[in-house]
Amino acid sequence: MKISVCIKQVVTREWQLRVADNGTWIRDSDASFELNEPDAYALEEALRLKEKHGGEVVVCSAGPARAAQVIREALARGADRAIHVEADALATAEAFTVADALAAAIREERFDLVLTGLQSDDQGFGQVGVVLAERLGMPHATIIMEVQADTSSGSGALRVKRELEGGWFQWVTLPLPALLTIQSGINQLRYATLKGIMAAQKKEIKKVAPASVGAASVQIRKVYFPERAKKTQMIPGSPAEAAKTLVTKLKDEVRAL
Amino acid sequence: MILVIAEHRDGKLNRATWEAIAAAQQAGAPVRVALVGAALTTLATELAAADVAEVLTVEHEALGAYTADGYVMALASLVESEKPGYLFFPHTYQTRDFAPALGARLNRPVVTDVTALKKDGDGFVYTRPVFQGKLNADVSVSGPAPHLVTFQIGAFRADAAARKSGGAASVRAVAATVDASAIRQKAEAPFKEAKQAVDLSQAERIIAVGRGIKSQENLALAQQLAQAIGAEVAASRPICDSGWLPMDRQIGSSGQTVAPKLYVALGISGAIQHLVGMKGSRTIVAINKDPEAPIFEIADYGIVGDLFEVVPAMIAELNK
Repeated sequence: MKISVCIKQVVTREWQLRVADNGTWIRDSDASFELNEPDAYALEEALRLKEKHGGEVVVCSAGPARAAQVIREALARGADRAIHVEADALATAEAFTVADALAAAIREERFDLVLTGLQSDDQGFGQVGVVLAERLGMPHATIIMEVQADTSSGSGALRVKRELEGGWFQWVTLPLPALLTIQSGINQLRYATLKGIMAAQKKEIKKVAPASVGAASVQIRKVYFPERAKKTQMIPGSPAEAAKTLVTKLKDEVRAL
Repeated sequence: MILVIAEHRDGKLNRATWEAIAAAQQAGAPVRVALVGAALTTLATELAAADVAEVLTVEHEALGAYTADGYVMALASLVESEKPGYLFFPHTYQTRDFAPALGARLNRPVVTDVTALKKDGDGFVYTRPVFQGKLNADVSVSGPAPHLVTFQIGAFRADAAARKSGGAASVRAVAATVDASAIRQKAEAPFKEAKQAVDLSQAERIIAVGRGIKSQENLALAQQLAQAIGAEVAASRPICDSGWLPMDRQIGSSGQTVAPKLYVALGISGAIQHLVGMKGSRTIVAINKDPEAPIFEIADYGIVGDLFEVVPAMIAELNK
């Protein structure tokens, strides 16, 4: 099976966000970055499918030059090669722009299966995978927790477990080629071995420029820290003092203990 | 005209549909509600109680069980005949499965997970969370109609949706082009994994742990605190993903929804997917080392600090 995994580089969860001077994005010039978490699960699922059914895993990322960091990491974990659609503007682009950039880069490769994470930790559109499926003319299924592939006849088919809300699931069957968006927790992640990191140095990263895109139809006017909806009582002091005050308040103020 | 797309399963409306109706009513344009499926009479009657201009039904036997392809086809056809200015959806897992595909098919923009909107010239400015809810973004949309907008669960109140005073909205069946052979997904009946061993919705107090707990061994600390106050231990998604606690102890959109008397969040940053499962709790305590963690926005009491210092001190205080 020839599989593509679309990955995104995002700022790390621990990074203290600061709003940039222009007010429309964060100040990320000195931020630390990591692989978007659901994408890590998508990559792991692709590697497992390759181990079972053979084939090739190609990672594709649409992002600025710094995204090479997560591409190398994906190669070190076991992806065979990579495609990097490189443009600074992709760092903050809306969903359709990213999906179009990815579609143009992978269309000719004729993948059997395309995997993405279900959403990104930064913009959180939850759209790129589904829009990409539509652009590639593939059927799709989202928020997937298990993948069973049957490659025995014709171009093959998938039976996938979709997560619904509140603990419900559903099996969905769809023909290949197809696109799936993967939910975190579908599998246990592997990490790069030293051997993997060494091998990644020799793997191919094809750089492509995105096709010129029209003006984005969704624009960020500003980003800002949300106002507190509730009056939160912040309890100061040393851990022991704060703990004591908290227990007293829970007993006396709200009678929760 | 705003067209609200209703969601339903097994003959029951998803409550979030009323939230999307409330959002549409507050937006101030004429509102219609659309139902897509098979055998919709009862649901249409239920929705006709809403203070809306009309309820539209798109019935086809191929739409009986939800599929992304079926919904995209039916709604693309409905958009063509009704020409709405906006499509409003509840931001459910089902909407996430088809709304972006519908937007792509129509080549119209989609704004997801919106928590508020306000009038801006001819259109709206939408507020949506970014960076896991740590920041808000105000976004505007340009280009031809319709614009597709999905609303975060709980951002608008279902009971705020105005009902018609006397009478009911008229119901109109709309014929849509649906080619059953073009539906590529085949859906099986929804099911629940295993019988839930613990029903956290009945717990009076809950100690919930997140990534800040760092390792499975450290769960003992949360368990000690739970024991000291008579609480159940629960967790945010990443903890269950790692297998440190069983999936049935997960709170949030993909797990259980709870509203206990006391909810103590230890090392939980407060991603929206978690907050929707617990924000109805009566008293919320958050202990986190990041002062900007979104969990503090909904907490009644907050301690910025190391949970490995604060929690043992709490246990000592409780056992005095």
